[in-house]
Amino acid sequence: MEYIVIIIGAVFVNNIVLAQFLGICPYLGVSARVSTSIGMSGAVMFVMTLATLVTFLIFNYILIPFNIEYLQTISYILVVASLVQMVEIILKKVSPALYQALGIFLPLIVTNCAILGVTILAVREDFGFNLLEGVVFAIGNALGFALTIILFAGIREHLELMDVPKGMRGAPAALVVAGILALAFMGFANLV
Amino acid sequence: MGQLQNFTKGFVKDNPVFVLLLGLCPALGVTTSAFNGLGMGLATTFVLVSSNIVVSLIKDLIPTKVRIPSFIVVIASFVTITDLVMEAYVPALYDSLGLFIPLIVVNCLVMGRAEAFASKNDTWSAIVDGMGMGLGFAFALTMLGGLREILGAGELFGWSLFAGDGMLVFVLAPGAFIGLGYLVALNNIVKKKLD
Repeated sequence: MEYIVIIIGAVFVNNIVLAQFLGICPYLGVSARVSTSIGMSGAVMFVMTLATLVTFLIFNYILIPFNIEYLQTISYILVVASLVQMVEIILKKVSPALYQALGIFLPLIVTNCAILGVTILAVREDFGFNLLEGVVFAIGNALGFALTIILFAGIREHLELMDVPKGMRGAPAALVVAGILALAFMGFANLV
Repeated sequence: MGQLQNFTKGFVKDNPVFVLLLGLCPALGVTTSAFNGLGMGLATTFVLVSSNIVVSLIKDLIPTKVRIPSFIVVIASFVTITDLVMEAYVPALYDSLGLFIPLIVVNCLVMGRAEAFASKNDTWSAIVDGMGMGLGFAFALTMLGGLREILGAGELFGWSLFAGDGMLVFVLAPGAFIGLGYLVALNNIVKKKLD
């Protein structure tokens, strides 16, 4: 039950993109087509879950015992970067098909602030997550990212056919659409 | 390109937020008021200028293959310094910026300038570029923060402009996206006029 609450909270109430403003770059950058946004969501879910698992262990079993919590930012970004590299190499060997699908999105994920943001949030004291809850939290956030980016890509495919005023074409119209989506997601506030 | 042009390009022509669409997460996340926007902009400027200096100094020492991880470590060190300094001296601002201070490290703007400019130019140009881009970023964040504060709370930098509550939605998440959308459109028009 607890895990379901964490997932619903992460997907709908505190949506990572529309309420917390993390991962906006891929949200705007790779949402022109539904198919690419599905690929990106898959890559994000994979890396986000793994990164949270690894950084959670590093934070609690290395940084805290040695009293070096101020190295959090540096160690986390290195973990994320090397993890992405490792996943890329393993995927290339083990599953070429999946590598084909996710390949181009993997390097982009290193500078996806959603990953670093979730790994930092997962060890926040006020949440007090244990390892399993932290991983569920990461999966929930990745699902939230997937839901919003796929919805957004669907809308953008239709937006291309519309007659948008000249100055608003491209990014401005997309941002306003994202605003309206955020407005819709505000309806989920206080759900859990 | 002259140094002056190098400096001013970040404000309208190549504004990191309005034109290049870089660093949008903090641009949307912290701009609930003009003051927060300015604070975030200046913190990013500090990281950008410092990392540009170091990257341009060590550019000949690091092999091309490991340059990206090396840049990340340089940037992350300055972000950690900023994080600790802000926590000590401006705790109120630090609390309202929250998660977005450590996230400067993944701000594509900082990485982008290190890779695209500082690793190819001399230190002095890198400083000017960092200042220009950083202040352009601060300018954009202050504009967006000001717009949201005026419409959402009827205030600017905490001073009351008109009575009443304003439209709360502009302080909340949707207002960030919609406000930025219209500012990008405005910048497109201004840019076209300037050309």
